[in-house]
Amino acid sequence: MRRAAAVAGLAALGFAIAVPWISIGTAGIFSGPLNSPGTLQVLALCLIFGGVAMTYDLLFGFTGLLSFGHALYFAVGVYLVAIATTRWDWAFWQAILFAAAVGLLLPLVLGSISLRVGGIAFAMVTLAFAQAGSILVDSNPHKWTGAEEGVTVAYQKLPTGLVGVLNTKNLYWLALGYVVVVFAVIAWAVASSPGHVMQAIRENERRVEVLGLRPFVYKLGAFVTASFLACCGGMVYVLVIGGATPDVTTANFTLTLLVMVVLGGTGTRWGALIGGIVYTFANQRLPAAASSHAVQSLPGFLRTPLSEPLFVLGVIFILIVFFLPGGIVGLAARTPRRRGLRLLESAAGPATTEGELP
Amino acid sequence: MSTFLLLTITGLGLGAMYFLIASGLSLIYGLMGVLNFAHGAFITIGAYATWRFMEAFAGLDPLVVRFLLAAACGVAFGAAFAAIVELVLIRPLYERHIEQVLVTVGLGLAVTALTEAIWTPTQKLFVMPHWLVDTTTIGGARIPNDRWVEISAAAIVLVALLSFLRFTRYGLIVRAGVENRAMVTALGIDVQKAFTLVFTIGGVAAALAGVLSGVYFGSVDPLQGTRLLIFAFIVVVIGGLGSLGGCAVASVAVGLLQQYANYYGSQHGAGSGIGDLSVMLLLAVVLLVRPAGLAGVTATRAG
Repeated sequence: MRRAAAVAGLAALGFAIAVPWISIGTAGIFSGPLNSPGTLQVLALCLIFGGVAMTYDLLFGFTGLLSFGHALYFAVGVYLVAIATTRWDWAFWQAILFAAAVGLLLPLVLGSISLRVGGIAFAMVTLAFAQAGSILVDSNPHKWTGAEEGVTVAYQKLPTGLVGVLNTKNLYWLALGYVVVVFAVIAWAVASSPGHVMQAIRENERRVEVLGLRPFVYKLGAFVTASFLACCGGMVYVLVIGGATPDVTTANFTLTLLVMVVLGGTGTRWGALIGGIVYTFANQRLPAAASSHAVQSLPGFLRTPLSEPLFVLGVIFILIVFFLPGGIVGLAARTPRRRGLRLLESAAGPATTEGELP
Repeated sequence: MSTFLLLTITGLGLGAMYFLIASGLSLIYGLMGVLNFAHGAFITIGAYATWRFMEAFAGLDPLVVRFLLAAACGVAFGAAFAAIVELVLIRPLYERHIEQVLVTVGLGLAVTALTEAIWTPTQKLFVMPHWLVDTTTIGGARIPNDRWVEISAAAIVLVALLSFLRFTRYGLIVRAGVENRAMVTALGIDVQKAFTLVFTIGGVAAALAGVLSGVYFGSVDPLQGTRLLIFAFIVVVIGGLGSLGGCAVASVAVGLLQQYANYYGSQHGAGSGIGDLSVMLLLAVVLLVRPAGLAGVTATRAG
């Protein structure tokens, strides 16, 4: 079973690498052929958010930390690269290194503060820090962040291989490389012995303490790893999009990451990746579907809600929580035996977690 | 001095709105363990329903009657929506707290998006009685009259909630449920009815806050509820989850701090977001000093 999944994964990776050379029509799924720049950009975005969703799942799905501030670290990658190259006139590599350094130090400091509390209080402190970042971007200090307009990266500062419509395939490969690295790091982290402690913290933090381990250290490790990888995702994102906009700093952005993870299946090897890709694809392509003839010919009371991607995704999300608790991956793995197990778990679950909430 | 007075009253008005939102959040969390992200949707529905009914009652005179009627309809809509949400979406997921939170997240996103789809993302101006737009001069400060309405509405809700919790049978059940839900259930009392009740109360207060936010800002937009909700979350955590008293103190503190920091900060050259930033800082400090919030260690005292 596991080997089959690995083979399937490698085959998918091989196909993903080859996509820029495959010039077949997509029958309306994308706006053009598979290797057209427009399609490649959508695919690159799907891959980036697949990767960022995986970093969020390391916190939420594997370690059991419900953070509402993950957007902050993604935004650090996006904004620092954009500001350093465009406003401060730094070289590209200096900007990348600077953003990476901040992306490592900031979660270390903020993580050690917010992890002093747990549960809902942790969610709120992370939310507050991220909100502070969002407000900072909105207030446009020294005209660096550009408030609502954001920052358009000066393309002269970027490596020539990453600029221009013809080079979209390089950006696509960059995004693919990012996903592969994130996948490898998280797979390794989860399988390592600290990774086992993280999952034990998710199941029962007190028991980990009784065993003589300090949960704080492992939680901080997960927090810094996830945040740093999200920051790297932000750097790739700013290159693909060519600019920074304030919506990546908002609490809603973190909530979309949560939606992606739950959509795909929390705490699983492939769930967050698949959820991120499916969500981003839907978000990118639903507006086109909404303007299609099929939707436009519907009566108004159906057409209006369907033309708003977030409404459709919000409703799908609620349906998934109700009817598909394991997400997309859970659907694939739903064999009768496992189903019985899950029923047992859900029957036993509340009784063991009761009283642990703050 | 007159500036200080104006800032204080405005801060109290803002705090009053935070309290209306946070009191419902706090009660719901205290009793059910659900952090309700759909609370922003209750605010939005209250505000938009009021705005819509103001248009529907266009022929009605005088303006005060028309506004009061529209506001009552708005609050009724918010309450009905909250009750339906509890019955249809929250109740089937009984005791599965994470799933319940996730459902309210999805609902919050969907309602905001639906509002944008139907009424566009642009602001809708609130038509209101002239008295509300006027100012009263007190101690040299020209204070907008709507601040009094917000403060008294919050005060009335606070007193009503406290006496409901203290003197009625259902209030007793809610208080006991916040303290120890398992024991209340074991005594053969139907806590589920109390859940619906608490959600409806939260819906009434949040919808009222939505109406008042329309009055305070002079307009409504689809994201207004979410913006207010974030500050209400902070108020709930600072006050201590599940505590109404802590909630009231925290909302006044947050409202005042925001106003003072915004005004005196910008006088000393700080950017426009300084008021909001100081609120975030206050939250961080409170949580580090008293992780359970102002209202003590257990955070289970209501009223």
